[in-house]
Amino acid sequence: MESKLTFPKKPYRTHGGVHVPHRKNTASAQSVYMPVPKSVTISMSQHIGAPCKPTVKVGDTVAVGQVIGNNDAYVSAPIHSSVSGIVKKIDKITAADGSKVDAITIESDGEMRMYEGIKPPVINDLSDLLKATRESGLVGLGGAGFPTHVKLNIPIDKNVDTLIINLAECEPYITADHREVIENSWNIMSGIYTLKDILKLKRVIIGIEDNKPDAIKVLKTIADHEIDKYDEVRVLPLKASYPYGAEKVLIKACTNRVVPMGKLPADAGCLVMNVASIAFLSYYLKSGIPLVKRRITVDGDAIAEPKNVIVPIGTSVKDIIDFCGGYKQEPKKLILGGPMMGSSVSDDSLFIAKQNNAILAFSEKEAKLMEPSACIHCGKCVDACPMCLMPTSICKAVNAKDVDAMMKANIMNCMECGCCAYVCPANRHLVNNIRLGKQIINNEKKRLMPLKEGK
Amino acid sequence: MENKMYVSSSPHFRSNSSTAKIMLDVIIALVPASIASVIFFGFRALMLIGVCVASCVLSEYVARKIMKRDTTIGDLSAVVTGLLLALNLPVSINPLIAVFGCVVAIIVVKQMFGGLGMNFVNPALAARIVLLVSFPNAMMTWTDAFSKDIDAVASATPLVAQSGTYSYTQLLLGAHGGSLGETCAIALVLGGVYLVIKKVISPVIPCVYIVSAGLMALIVGQDPLYQILSGGLLLGAIFMATDYVTCPITKWGKVVYAVGCGVLTILLRTYSNMPEGASFSILLMNILTPLIEMATTPKPFGAVKKAKGDKK
Repeated sequence: MESKLTFPKKPYRTHGGVHVPHRKNTASAQSVYMPVPKSVTISMSQHIGAPCKPTVKVGDTVAVGQVIGNNDAYVSAPIHSSVSGIVKKIDKITAADGSKVDAITIESDGEMRMYEGIKPPVINDLSDLLKATRESGLVGLGGAGFPTHVKLNIPIDKNVDTLIINLAECEPYITADHREVIENSWNIMSGIYTLKDILKLKRVIIGIEDNKPDAIKVLKTIADHEIDKYDEVRVLPLKASYPYGAEKVLIKACTNRVVPMGKLPADAGCLVMNVASIAFLSYYLKSGIPLVKRRITVDGDAIAEPKNVIVPIGTSVKDIIDFCGGYKQEPKKLILGGPMMGSSVSDDSLFIAKQNNAILAFSEKEAKLMEPSACIHCGKCVDACPMCLMPTSICKAVNAKDVDAMMKANIMNCMECGCCAYVCPANRHLVNNIRLGKQIINNEKKRLMPLKEGK
Repeated sequence: MENKMYVSSSPHFRSNSSTAKIMLDVIIALVPASIASVIFFGFRALMLIGVCVASCVLSEYVARKIMKRDTTIGDLSAVVTGLLLALNLPVSINPLIAVFGCVVAIIVVKQMFGGLGMNFVNPALAARIVLLVSFPNAMMTWTDAFSKDIDAVASATPLVAQSGTYSYTQLLLGAHGGSLGETCAIALVLGGVYLVIKKVISPVIPCVYIVSAGLMALIVGQDPLYQILSGGLLLGAIFMATDYVTCPITKWGKVVYAVGCGVLTILLRTYSNMPEGASFSILLMNILTPLIEMATTPKPFGAVKKAKGDKK
């Protein structure tokens, strides 16, 4: 049991993946704080799990960091006001995925007054940490939005020994995590040591793509084995390839462990944390200020001044783009997140949520939709799939609406990373088709559920 | 906002490859072999290539029009079929027979099964076999390279003449009788290397095909190098067996398929009445492709019960 875990000298082999253009235009510029917006609209559903219920009324005065939405459900995280001001409206808004969710609109008084109740939490043991994490409102900042306190509450039988810091940032354009390292490296390190001590982890691997040499240098000066006498934290540069940031791929590359299908990283003895999440956690433990702002990359060929911006949660996309000099060309596609997995939205009247890490606006040239042509059976999608699936076979099953064939082709193992559609010479909408197939399966399950219960 | 946005499913990026670009690469890779054929067999070779390409493209256009579907000649796949079929014909063949072959390739083998991507055998190959069975004399009258008169009777191809008739140098350069494109080994390999460098094909199928044919030749007591360099083996291994539509897409499927092609080629050459085995062996393996794919479906990532990784 006491044997020391080894560190890989170079990343372990992973299957597939594609080389996407990096376009990290904003990597070398200091992030800027956006001025306080006139109003923010904060969604009550910014995480995976139960949406929050508003805890304030129209007309209430709120301060920065005050809880305005909460839910007693375990898989949920409280939502805090990101500005000080008056609650103007509690209403339904359309979220990025098209669903209708509750949201609270707060008119800012411009003072950014802190809530009196804010004080650093006292952490003695794991349960204190979990409670504090929940109160901080932290969810996975890499994009998934899974409540962090649930992730950190590892079942005892799982024997998790390795913490992997996800710094791959393999999506084109996005540099928010990169800037986090450059501007906030000590918070990252203290967060790593706090988690390592409290969760009693034996090693920490920082997985970072080699297209961020300055970030690797910074991390190596504060984290590598020459400084750390216990040799428990190391930086592992990965050769830039999409999708190293995918949890299961990163675990394989860093530890050679394979997360079984349908299981979680804990089943492979690993805990994977996004770098912004860990930096925030350590900041919260010191200051007690909950998650009310985040760093966002604003880029794309339609944006006048691409940059990283630190914005209050709930700021409208339009305000942020205006702050970045507005559009320099007519925007034809607007994406929340990266170009490989982000979701395209129909207009810029949406509001930033906790898990958004980028806003990209593209002109006609970049946004143009390609007409799909016949599949020529070239097999490039099979070579590219990091999950070792056969996207063509899945799509054939989906087109035939054949649920059995879809399940047999392991459609549910697809993480929708987009590698297959990226390489497809016939421009086939493979990911779109696979999503459709998953929807068909879910509908089928719902249809069969009452029948099974009836028996 | 007035401006209408595109809303689509991710990914929002696409690599810049396209079907037409891939087909263009195949055409470029066939250029050395085509030039060699014109050098050896004169301008009649160029005329045949022109006739085949034109009639394939025209057949595709007409077939799509009649079926009221979108025109697909822009993807250049019909050009590739025409070029491949031409390179598989003897120079003395009547152009009308060549046109008939093109119509069979495009209309019967390709479009009747649903067009590009749906045909279960390689169109050029199937057409060649149809011609071979329908016009055996015309298809097996070989003119010697550099011969002025195409009707001057025919030399035997290196395959018909037994091992040793031609030197390896002659076989490499290709100055001997045979189909237009199959004679010059150097030109074919050059094209193959181009395709591998451009990542159009993986080297697995040609390499495994050639190696397994060589080994099989040893087993049945033939000269392996002579077998590999003569007849349609190289043309088949590099350009016919690697046809995307009709070869397996799984990694191990490709290996199984190529071994089957290599072994069958030599067996047919040695024990059947036909001197040539490459076309029939590839055709047979084309038909087996769906089965091979089913048997070699890769294990999905994470399908293992126990994580293999380092000690826990």
